[in-house]
Amino acid sequence: MLHLDKVSKHFGGLPALDQVSFSVPRGQVTALIGPNGAGKSTLINCMTGVLEPTSGSIRFIDQQLVGQAAHTIARLGIARTFQNLKLFPRLSVLDNVLTGLNCEAGASMTLAMLRLPYLRHRERRLKLRALEALDRFGLADKSRVPVEVLAYGDKKRVELARACVAEPLLVLLDEPVAGLNSEETAAVGEQLKRLRTAGQTLLLVEHDMELVMEIADQVVVLDSGRCIARGTPNEVRNNPLVLEAYLGQMEATA
Amino acid sequence: MTRKQKILYFITLHHTGLTVSTLSLVLVLYPLFEDNPYTLGLTNLIAIYVIIVVGLNLFIGYAGQISLGHAAFFGLGAYGSAIATVTFGLPAWPAMAGVAALVALVALVVGVPTLRLSGHYLAMATLGCNIVVHTIMLQWDQVTGGPSGFPGIPSLSIGGFVFDDEVRLHYLLWSFALLALLLALNLVRSGVGRGLAALAGDETAAAALGVDTRRAKIKVFVLSAVFASVAGSLFAHCYGFVSPDSFDIFASTDMAIMVVVGGMGSIWGSVIGAGLLTLLPEWIDVFENYKDLIHGLILVLILMFLPQGLMTGLYEKIRDKVTLKRQKNAAS
Repeated sequence: MLHLDKVSKHFGGLPALDQVSFSVPRGQVTALIGPNGAGKSTLINCMTGVLEPTSGSIRFIDQQLVGQAAHTIARLGIARTFQNLKLFPRLSVLDNVLTGLNCEAGASMTLAMLRLPYLRHRERRLKLRALEALDRFGLADKSRVPVEVLAYGDKKRVELARACVAEPLLVLLDEPVAGLNSEETAAVGEQLKRLRTAGQTLLLVEHDMELVMEIADQVVVLDSGRCIARGTPNEVRNNPLVLEAYLGQMEATA
Repeated sequence: MTRKQKILYFITLHHTGLTVSTLSLVLVLYPLFEDNPYTLGLTNLIAIYVIIVVGLNLFIGYAGQISLGHAAFFGLGAYGSAIATVTFGLPAWPAMAGVAALVALVALVVGVPTLRLSGHYLAMATLGCNIVVHTIMLQWDQVTGGPSGFPGIPSLSIGGFVFDDEVRLHYLLWSFALLALLLALNLVRSGVGRGLAALAGDETAAAALGVDTRRAKIKVFVLSAVFASVAGSLFAHCYGFVSPDSFDIFASTDMAIMVVVGGMGSIWGSVIGAGLLTLLPEWIDVFENYKDLIHGLILVLILMFLPQGLMTGLYEKIRDKVTLKRQKNAAS
């Protein structure tokens, strides 16, 4: 579904990504792992149009993503979450999730000001869908609460609900369980498993190896901007290069 | 559901419509109880400011941008209507619409390059635009009348009904103000409004949700300029005279202060902000020489203790109190 071909990104003379190539197959969970500074977030930012790769190509179905604006990429059906939560503090939980349906709410400013009956109907339908999404993520009772008063774990779930509400073709999750306690991690893990069962294509950037090994169909390992391994969780787990670059490092610190 | 719950549910469901209807009723009845032309003149001025501040609040409060130059669009609307009706003898209503369209075009030309900037730089750029427009009003005296102003602007009329006294103007101006409020309330409750709020919250996140951030900023800038232009045209026809003093950078900063004091991102706050900033100098008239000092002090105190503005700040304070009380009740 998503094909990266020799994607490189240089900041000044510094290479953050160096000829990265891999594919994200439809209906599967692909995990992107690697030590801090490996270039995982840079790669996600390149895929979503926040950054433009220095060279290489990123194709989504049959569209070239390189050079496209972030909002155009979003409208193709790619949703994402952020490593550092990016919720809208002034809006309620429901309105935050509704922003995930923004591509479908689309009306011109003039029509929106007139609030014609068809727009009111559409608005009601969107609200129902947002409420359903909140229900799926266990947040139904908090829909009217301002998002800023939520606990961190709930905020993470709101962001997840916002990314999934429009049923995008591909969801990029940037460290969805970072900073969560074990209970919250398990809850988010459950949600991800449910998404996987529903056939949602996911690209998951995560440090929590247990979660990655449990839900990923394919694991891609980045180290210093290079893709050093690719394969099933078991293959990657036993890859000596990976052990040295990433898992070994964890053992050394353990 | 008890009767009380039903009433509460109805109020929650229709609170916007109910508030607009209540305000309309109060405004319709107001001239019956208040016939002092001076007081009516003040509330009419508030109506004009409400139109500008509602538009500006969409740009500053909702979309999270900054403009210190909206008096320029207010002035362009006023001078545009004055020149169109007096110099070219055009009918007032079509002129008002034409001028608004022209001001939209000017805002587009100004907005496309300046809205690439943000924060302090955007504030400086918009301030600069205001200075340019103000200087043109002062210097191009064959057209604008220069520093001595532009007199003899005709009153607005519909058929034979001329809006030439304070009571008639009250109904005209507040109709426009209510219309501006209603349009803005509709906008912020729509997907477009949520897109603007997303833009103010985080531009990267907004773009990742499909909001064309650059376009949205330009659109809301143009919209707020059109609101200011219509307010300017009404101002010109209402007073029959315009001079550059009303459209300098201090007028722009006053408008931005109205947005902030009323409540950023609160449409109803715009009414409070416009009202307070217009009436405050009158209320503290008794302090004579210390008027400016007290005026500044009150604004500083509001911003210190209610930095979200009067409307949003008070609403949040009441909401927190109610929630705490509920929790206490539930605990006991």
